Amino acid sequence: MNDTKKEQSTTHKIGIYLWIWGLLFVLSFFSYMVDWYNFQGLLRWSLILIFMFLKAGLIMAFFMHLFWERYALVNVLLWPMTAIACFVGLMVAEGKYTVFSRLFYFFTGG
Amino acid sequence: MTDPTLDKLPGGFKGMSSDIGSDQTTFKGVNWGKAMMWIFLLSDTFVFSCFLVAYMKVRASVTEPWPYPSEVFGLEVFGVPVPLLLIAIMTFVLITSSGTMALAVKYGYEKNRKMCGLFVLLTAIGGLTFVGMQAFEWSKLIFHDGVRPWGNPFGAEQFGAFFFMITGFHGTHVSIGVIFLFIFARKVFRGDFDTGKRGYFTTMKSDYVAIEILGLYWHFVDLVWVFIFAFFYLW
Repeated sequence: MNDTKKEQSTTHKIGIYLWIWGLLFVLSFFSYMVDWYNFQGLLRWSLILIFMFLKAGLIMAFFMHLFWERYALVNVLLWPMTAIACFVGLMVAEGKYTVFSRLFYFFTGG
Repeated sequence: MTDPTLDKLPGGFKGMSSDIGSDQTTFKGVNWGKAMMWIFLLSDTFVFSCFLVAYMKVRASVTEPWPYPSEVFGLEVFGVPVPLLLIAIMTFVLITSSGTMALAVKYGYEKNRKMCGLFVLLTAIGGLTFVGMQAFEWSKLIFHDGVRPWGNPFGAEQFGAFFFMITGFHGTHVSIGVIFLFIFARKVFRGDFDTGKRGYFTTMKSDYVAIEILGLYWHFVDLVWVFIFAFFYLW
């Protein structure tokens, strides 16, 4: 952490941006290929999620400079995401319950 | 960009606790406008998350089959159906504009007026291209396929409502970004950031940090598209 900080006293080299840019292109191409080859099931959504989080991480870390920010800012921004993760978990359970009760009452006729 | 006095402060989590406990500015070396933009983006993250979580919950609980995005958003090129063609091009255009924005921010740090202005302008054109393609996509779905917020010919009725709300909210963000990019391209070329000309709405002096703040917003728009692309179009 301290080593990277010292290099940053001026400005970043253009190479890092071009590298990240290229990586984002490649990752987008891969995620498009997931659809092109019509992968299904576990393989499909795990690949989609991996490419998605890699792209999001690269954009936030390098394009939005979070990699070079002090931890006070980084932690303020990233910890609230755990609340969203909890919300997603709650709504997955809720969705399962909703579809169960819909199918149950559509079938039994209420 | 980084204040050299920051190097003397401890880094990592130790630095975080000393920054917060310093009884001074918490975000050391961070321009106040930049901090405010980050807080705004955090709140915007929650709005988009609510939309996407609502979409996930509804899609998981409908009893009719959800429209298959690969076919709904496919295009025919010379009679051959290509899945998600337009969406893939839109994704690449937005990533390209994100890359040009990153370079604009870099040249802004270096106070390179011409290159910074050029890349801000290129970013604005990329954003405009994206909005144009989105307008094409919307009109195809509305006029050609007959997708409505209350129904569509492909499957579950809720599809249209979520499609228009999520991509529309994102498109609004892109449009606002494009407007600001054009305004700031003009400001950069005019030399406002070199002379420290005072702004129209504020009496504060213009500074190249404004380009970094605008960049944060633009990268966020790209970031949201990464999630929409994954959850709405690919899933």
